[in-house]
Amino acid sequence: MEKQFQAHIARDEKRPMPPPGEQGLLAALRKNLFATWFDSLLTVVLGLGSVWVAWKLIQWGLVTAVFTGEDRQACLTTDGGPVGACWAFVNAKIGQFIYGRYPLAERWRVDLTLLLLATLALPLAIPRAPFKRLNASLLIGVFPFVALVLLTGGNFDMNVGWIVLLFIAAAFASATLAAGTAGALSGRLKGAYRLALAALVLLLASIILPGSDIRLPIFELPLLSLAALLAALASIGLSVVAARGGLKRSFMPFRVFMPSVFAVALVALLTSDFHLMPVSTNLWGGLMLTLVVALTGIAASLPLGILLALGRRSHMPAVRLLCVIFIEFWRGVPLITVLFMSTFMIPLFLPVGITFNQLLRALIGVALFSAAYMAEVMRGGLQAIPKGQYEGAMAVGLSYWQMMRLVIMPQAIKLVIPGIVNTFIGLFKDTSLVYIIGLADLLGTVRRGFSDPNWITPTTAATGLLFAAFVYWLFCFGMSRYSIFMERRLDTGHRR
Amino acid sequence: MTVDTESRTGPRERIALLRDPRMRGLIIQIVMIVAILAFADWLVNNTVQNLSRANIASGFGFLSSRAGFDIGQVPIDYTANSTYGRALLVGITNTVIVSLSGIVLATIVGFIIGIGRLSHNYLVRGLSSIYVETFRNIPPLLVILFWYFGVLTVLPLPRNAVGLPFGSYLSNRGLQTPSINFEPAALFTLIAFVAGVAGAIVLGRANRQQHMKTGQQRSLILPNLALILGVPLAVFALTGFPVAVEFPTATRFNLVGGWNVLPEFLALFLALSFYTAAFIAEIVRGGILAVSWGQTEAAYALGLRRAQTLRFVIIPQAFRVIIPPLTSQYLNLTKNSSLGLAVGYPELVAVGSTVLNQTGQSVEVVAIWMVVYLGLSFVTSALMSWFNARMMLLER
Repeated sequence: MEKQFQAHIARDEKRPMPPPGEQGLLAALRKNLFATWFDSLLTVVLGLGSVWVAWKLIQWGLVTAVFTGEDRQACLTTDGGPVGACWAFVNAKIGQFIYGRYPLAERWRVDLTLLLLATLALPLAIPRAPFKRLNASLLIGVFPFVALVLLTGGNFDMNVGWIVLLFIAAAFASATLAAGTAGALSGRLKGAYRLALAALVLLLASIILPGSDIRLPIFELPLLSLAALLAALASIGLSVVAARGGLKRSFMPFRVFMPSVFAVALVALLTSDFHLMPVSTNLWGGLMLTLVVALTGIAASLPLGILLALGRRSHMPAVRLLCVIFIEFWRGVPLITVLFMSTFMIPLFLPVGITFNQLLRALIGVALFSAAYMAEVMRGGLQAIPKGQYEGAMAVGLSYWQMMRLVIMPQAIKLVIPGIVNTFIGLFKDTSLVYIIGLADLLGTVRRGFSDPNWITPTTAATGLLFAAFVYWLFCFGMSRYSIFMERRLDTGHRR
Repeated sequence: MTVDTESRTGPRERIALLRDPRMRGLIIQIVMIVAILAFADWLVNNTVQNLSRANIASGFGFLSSRAGFDIGQVPIDYTANSTYGRALLVGITNTVIVSLSGIVLATIVGFIIGIGRLSHNYLVRGLSSIYVETFRNIPPLLVILFWYFGVLTVLPLPRNAVGLPFGSYLSNRGLQTPSINFEPAALFTLIAFVAGVAGAIVLGRANRQQHMKTGQQRSLILPNLALILGVPLAVFALTGFPVAVEFPTATRFNLVGGWNVLPEFLALFLALSFYTAAFIAEIVRGGILAVSWGQTEAAYALGLRRAQTLRFVIIPQAFRVIIPPLTSQYLNLTKNSSLGLAVGYPELVAVGSTVLNQTGQSVEVVAIWMVVYLGLSFVTSALMSWFNARMMLLER
């Protein structure tokens, strides 16, 4: 009996029905649009106004617009009537808006780069997609170099100094990886670090001391650089020995080898000839250039910004002061003056004979500028971490860098992801300024396009700019939505 | 303990020194400063070499030589015969003009939109959101170019100018408004206005004291109106309307008379205001939402009306949250005014780049830019922190 009744008894309390007159479309309208006489007035005026604007926009953008045509004649009227948007202009110039003056036959390289970027970045952005670690390391470690080779054509002349520097970096990375292996031999490890440091000193000496340029006949290597290279290789060997020592003899520590493999692959990738036609950076343009500037800027500003933020919170007064001056200087001046500075002053700063091209100069300016903003975002995250986390990390015996890498940064970065995305949106919008110093980004190509005598009509400029605005809007709006999504997803443990 | 003493003897001394956090910090700082000084020295050396190779004399001597170019908008005396220094001064003045007027309009629009985003009215809320999401997500430079190339330069020629209310005209040469020229006797009206405002303040104070003492409230709208508007108007009438209004008139090719506002200024001013207003709207919305709902409920429970709740409870607390980010938006607007270069509005960067191209004194011109912008940032943030301190005192 009991069970039979149970099925008929409601499980939850029934919600009271709203009073009559407060349901339905009419009531909703009254509540949301005509609550008071002032509301009604606003609704009527704004409603009529927006209908009028929408009607005008449709008229301009669709009804009287011109969609096809070869040149400006298509977008001019013969009878003096109104002509709307000149979409034929966008149609004719769309290739330039995306690729700039990149050679027609080589545009597949840009497409391939964008495709690679999308296939690497999208799975990283989707939380449920697997292989995050592999994905991220490909995106950060491999993609930039592949993109560089694809876009420029590769086949670079690599200076000996750069190759040696790469191997020294690999030596440091190997030693760090070996240190992370369980039971690594600490004596050998110390030796590896010292050898790597010695290699760095030797390399610096070979740069500073001009007299040491003794070349061996066989290798064509300056003696000091050769010594540095040998020291770096020895350091890598010691790291391997140190990592092996802690484990079984048959074990090969592949992780420790990885940096050297990476260095060799990188040198091979950059110096070998893939028979790609070289495309100089002054031919780059359009949306592609916008993306190059924005992505390089963000990639360079993240590590720089983290270092500056750490420096600003350092206990060493000189370091703190320098970081504060650096950050506040870049934040206090407009980007356009920074770009002018990098265009006109970097050539003055460099020694005679060394030149940077226009794009590289702009990239340096953008990177320094956004690093200052990134530093402030990161500082916000660092300040939000409770002091107990620092004290706990120190109590466990972690060094400063271990504490930052393993305890503080993972938490801080999670907190500031929305801030980072916001900085990126700002940077993406700010890249439009590079057209003022002569680079043809998306806005620059549009600006040049509507000054083209073949296309000058009263509506060309407005049409082109609206198109550009739509592209910028799509990117920025998408990113801001994604940032809101991530914020909700990551907001887990900190809510009280 | 034994290990400790052992490590402090003999050859281990050097390592112990490096392990001491204080010494290590000192060493790191010294190394860093030396490295930076060496880097700076390298840069300066290269610069000196490069400059001497290009035969450019460094120093600010060029500021006193003849500029030789014209400037479209000259708020202070300037001709092509004036010096480069004077030209840069004109640029600074124009920057200040467009920044200040932009800040005023951006604040008004931003507050309206920001409050609109919290409205109960669906239409108001929707339109405000569309506004904010549109302008926040496109580059300010694009907005400036749109106003200039998309709207203002394709307006009709002056002879077919679009008529606006109050005898103004809009054409591809900008906005032509009637000019109002005051005669010397108008000074009395100004004095009367100042006196009226002072009277209103005194009256307000007296009224508040009365309110505190007796608890009775009196409306001050009518007396204030009489003091601030009535008295100056009466004086104005008594002195015989000492003002001359000149309306622009259309001649065959141009509009003559009145004040002319350049299209470059209009484009920059409108674009900066509308762009920044979207950000200010978000700040205002955030500030109002930051005041907890309990405050409103408590105010209603005390019997305050909606307007009173806003004025005495919500706004003073919201301002505390709003002011710091608002300051940074004002600074952003000031810095973004440098984009006037793209449409040829003669502000500091535009004038400076002309000077730079003529003289080749890039280091000096860039230094002047940096100093002026850092100075403007400093002045704005100092003013706003003073205002912030006032608001803080007022709240309790």
